[in-house]
Amino acid sequence: MLGLVGLGAVGVAVGAPLSRGADRALSSVRGADPTGISDLIPGAGGWRYYSVTSQQPDVSAADYQLSVEGLVATPQTFSYADLAALPQTGLTRDFQCVTGWRVDEVPWSGVHLRDLLDAVTPTGAAAAVTFTSLDGAYTESLTMDQALSDEVLVATHMYGQPVTRNHGGPVRLYVAAMYGYKSLKWLGGITIVDTVQPGYWERRGYDIDAYVGASNGRSDEPI
Amino acid sequence: MHTTFAALVLVGIATAAVLYVDSLSILVGRRSTVATVHLWAGLLIPVPLAAGLLSRSFRADVRSLDGWSPDDSRWLRSRDRRSGAIPVDRFNAGQKLNAALTVGAIIVLLGTGAIMGSLVGAWPDDLRTGATFVHDWTAFGLTAAVTGHVWFAVKYRRGDAVKPASVHALDPGRPR
Repeated sequence: MLGLVGLGAVGVAVGAPLSRGADRALSSVRGADPTGISDLIPGAGGWRYYSVTSQQPDVSAADYQLSVEGLVATPQTFSYADLAALPQTGLTRDFQCVTGWRVDEVPWSGVHLRDLLDAVTPTGAAAAVTFTSLDGAYTESLTMDQALSDEVLVATHMYGQPVTRNHGGPVRLYVAAMYGYKSLKWLGGITIVDTVQPGYWERRGYDIDAYVGASNGRSDEPI
Repeated sequence: MHTTFAALVLVGIATAAVLYVDSLSILVGRRSTVATVHLWAGLLIPVPLAAGLLSRSFRADVRSLDGWSPDDSRWLRSRDRRSGAIPVDRFNAGQKLNAALTVGAIIVLLGTGAIMGSLVGAWPDDLRTGATFVHDWTAFGLTAAVTGHVWFAVKYRRGDAVKPASVHALDPGRPR
């Protein structure tokens, strides 16, 4: 029993490099494993599925509607086809979760959030943006300056394919520089407001300005 | 007491599976709620163990589980360990090993779980990653140990004569 406890303590001390080693060793296997069993190996890395509600939204691209409203001159609703008709941007960046896992070099594409904000003409009082998920519970927020970044996408594609339902499809947010909880899944509404409203996890203790490597007490490599 | 302990361990394993296995996460979701249940099941696990120490027969069983004799080593290695040729006291060597590994695993899970459950930023990233890694592997080990324990308990459930007294002593409703 004490032996096991000792082994556990040693493991905590040296587990991080072991975990990274396992991630590297398994990354080639994972790609070739259709069963997903290799994902169960501790330290295997890769995507982890997180959702805060019991059922994930099931909306087809054909039925999809994104409302952009609030402190704006011309509120608008964008269909999936409307989004596809706007200028498309590709962005290959890592996805870093605040719980520690990181997926390297994910090719994202979609529309700059900035373009959607420009389309509705925010009023002078507009200072922040609130995002709501079609799951009915999850929310997120950015300051207007953060929202205008080149590296914030209303993403419709990952790895060259439409974003799957499990990954937050048909449309999700991708905020490259910040921890994964900012990249809200199943994006359903964008509201322009005058002050930042803390999001779902932020009301549960996580940082509102969630820059990778410079928030939440973590020292991950910035994205 | 055994029932409370078993229920907490099983709730811990079930919620762990929902948090860890993607297909179950997709099925159940509600990450925040499931994580809270998992945390409380873990935190409460020492309670029935500590309460058990109030019972004389439980303490006797702990002492018996803690004693390791040369016969135990021989019993583990022998091929005909069930024949009765090698003397076994109240618990056989397998049960002693299982008990030690289970308690050890629970201590490791509580320790690493405390690191994982504390506020983000309370520990350096590498310690948190290390704790997660150990927690995951230990959880697999404990699940295997519990599965084996239940398997043998069902397989040999007729052997009431060798059943430890405290399993009965801690369940007052059952005849001794």
